[in-house]
Amino acid sequence: MTLHNTRQHSRTAFVHIALAGYTVIALFPILMVIVNSFKSRRAIFNDPLALPTPDSFSLTGYAKVLEESNFLLFFGNSLIVTLIPLALVLLFGAMAAWALSEYKFPGNRWMALFLAMGIMVPIRLGTVSILDIMVGLDLVNTRLALILVYTAQGLPLAIFILTEFVSQVPTELKEAARCDGISEYRLFFQIILPLIRPAVATVAVFTMVPMWNDLWFPLILAPGEATQTIQLGVQQFIGQYVTDWNSVLSALTLAVLPVLVLYVFFSQQLIRGLTSGAVK
Amino acid sequence: MRRTFPWHIVVFLAPAVLIYTVFSAYPLFDTLRLSFFTDSTSGERSFAGLTNFITLLGDDTWSDAFWNAMWNNTKFFIIHLLVQNPIGLALAALLSLKGLKGARTYRTLIFLPTLLSVVIIGFIWQLILSPLWGVSEGFLEFFGLGFLFDAWLGKESTALVTLALISVWQFIGIPMMLIYAAMLSIPDDLIEAAHVDGASPWRIFWSIRLPLIFPTLGLVTILTFVGNFNAFELIYAVKGALGGPNFATDILGTFFYRTFFGYQSQIGSATMGATVATMMFLVILFGVMAYFYFIQRRLTRYQL
Repeated sequence: MTLHNTRQHSRTAFVHIALAGYTVIALFPILMVIVNSFKSRRAIFNDPLALPTPDSFSLTGYAKVLEESNFLLFFGNSLIVTLIPLALVLLFGAMAAWALSEYKFPGNRWMALFLAMGIMVPIRLGTVSILDIMVGLDLVNTRLALILVYTAQGLPLAIFILTEFVSQVPTELKEAARCDGISEYRLFFQIILPLIRPAVATVAVFTMVPMWNDLWFPLILAPGEATQTIQLGVQQFIGQYVTDWNSVLSALTLAVLPVLVLYVFFSQQLIRGLTSGAVK
Repeated sequence: MRRTFPWHIVVFLAPAVLIYTVFSAYPLFDTLRLSFFTDSTSGERSFAGLTNFITLLGDDTWSDAFWNAMWNNTKFFIIHLLVQNPIGLALAALLSLKGLKGARTYRTLIFLPTLLSVVIIGFIWQLILSPLWGVSEGFLEFFGLGFLFDAWLGKESTALVTLALISVWQFIGIPMMLIYAAMLSIPDDLIEAAHVDGASPWRIFWSIRLPLIFPTLGLVTILTFVGNFNAFELIYAVKGALGGPNFATDILGTFFYRTFFGYQSQIGSATMGATVATMMFLVILFGVMAYFYFIQRRLTRYQL
């Protein structure tokens, strides 16, 4: 019995060492950048692993980033081109999912297939033509160009996931509502939409992360100073100040921090969404 | 009762279908169409049949660059497969052990890098691996392995592998979570029954858990395939659009960007760009079809 217990204990210890070891590997590079961004140039190089001390603490990098680049503007641009498409994807996606799963009409399956195509085929492959369209609409270097493209990019997966959820709404509920003489619009917006809120949260995460992190479309459709997103802004800033380690580390930290803060609050919800979506 | 045209269906579908069609589906088809056209120097577009493809695959300069990017991309993908799936599987297996304390904290922390932008991750690793800073050299020396250190990102022989490993490091959270979810959905009775029958934990893993998560491994593989064959940001952030040193890290995404947009002395061409995009489309289409016809079909989902 004791032998069994020791074996059990050493096995548990091994599991924790393995997982903790990998956690260190996953976090170490990010922590290094954040910690060193608060140190003087000399301390960054002399002792990279040390935490900032009153002696080595310095914010010169941050001062430079905020002075030399429009960081707040980039940040605002990123927020706009992420949150607006997110709202549009959720609303239009839920509407389309409802139509596809609730109403039988000719071509229903083909429409679903057509929309699902966008899940597997990356929208990037159509970039040549997308740029043509944006030039034609005079939308190059506008945030609207990114908003439209990101909405189109997010819709297929959103519709796919939401269709699954909408079809689980019990028929009796819908029939009862219809017997009360409620219109199809009110049925959807007042009864169905609130019911599928948990699924909407899952879809929100899948939709938001690729938009916020994208570099490709900002680079091609909106590279102008006034419309740069944070990814593009950081990329260009670092290209310019590559030898100024304080600034580079600070710029990276500023780009990472908002996501870290959000993650602290929403990680459980996000992971629950990811695992529940995967089981299906 | 009079049947009226169901306008509500149109109203529900129209916004999504319209935006998706105009900014995603149509551009894709138009890009495929453009690959059969060519622009004259005066800017007039004319039908050219397969000329662009013949240039891309037949002209020495073009085809060398194309196949180099294709081959690098394939290596990039294979490294992902070989490293990401076993590590993801191992992490998921450990996390799903019964009664493990702190599993939630581990998975939350390990998933974190996946959420950060590829550009930022690229720059972070560039700093960490920089011989100038010496962080990774110091790290290796701590384990007595300092002699192994090299400027991995700068060398033709190691740059691509290093970038692929950075990408694996970032996205390991996705296979880990998907496999973890699949493992959690295996009923306890099944494991219990095997246990009662005297199967060792090792045997249970190989004979019960692994076969049950094969569909998930297939899904992870095809997601990785599609992601890798239109990757761009990591290479662009770390090595620039030229995929240096000496095109050793040039993949289809960067090759597409240069062809379409032009870079330094090279002038961009929309139609040649469309041709490269069409080739990428064919590669991805081939991968997705292979997945559906071979893997998805053969892997019967166990009815639990």
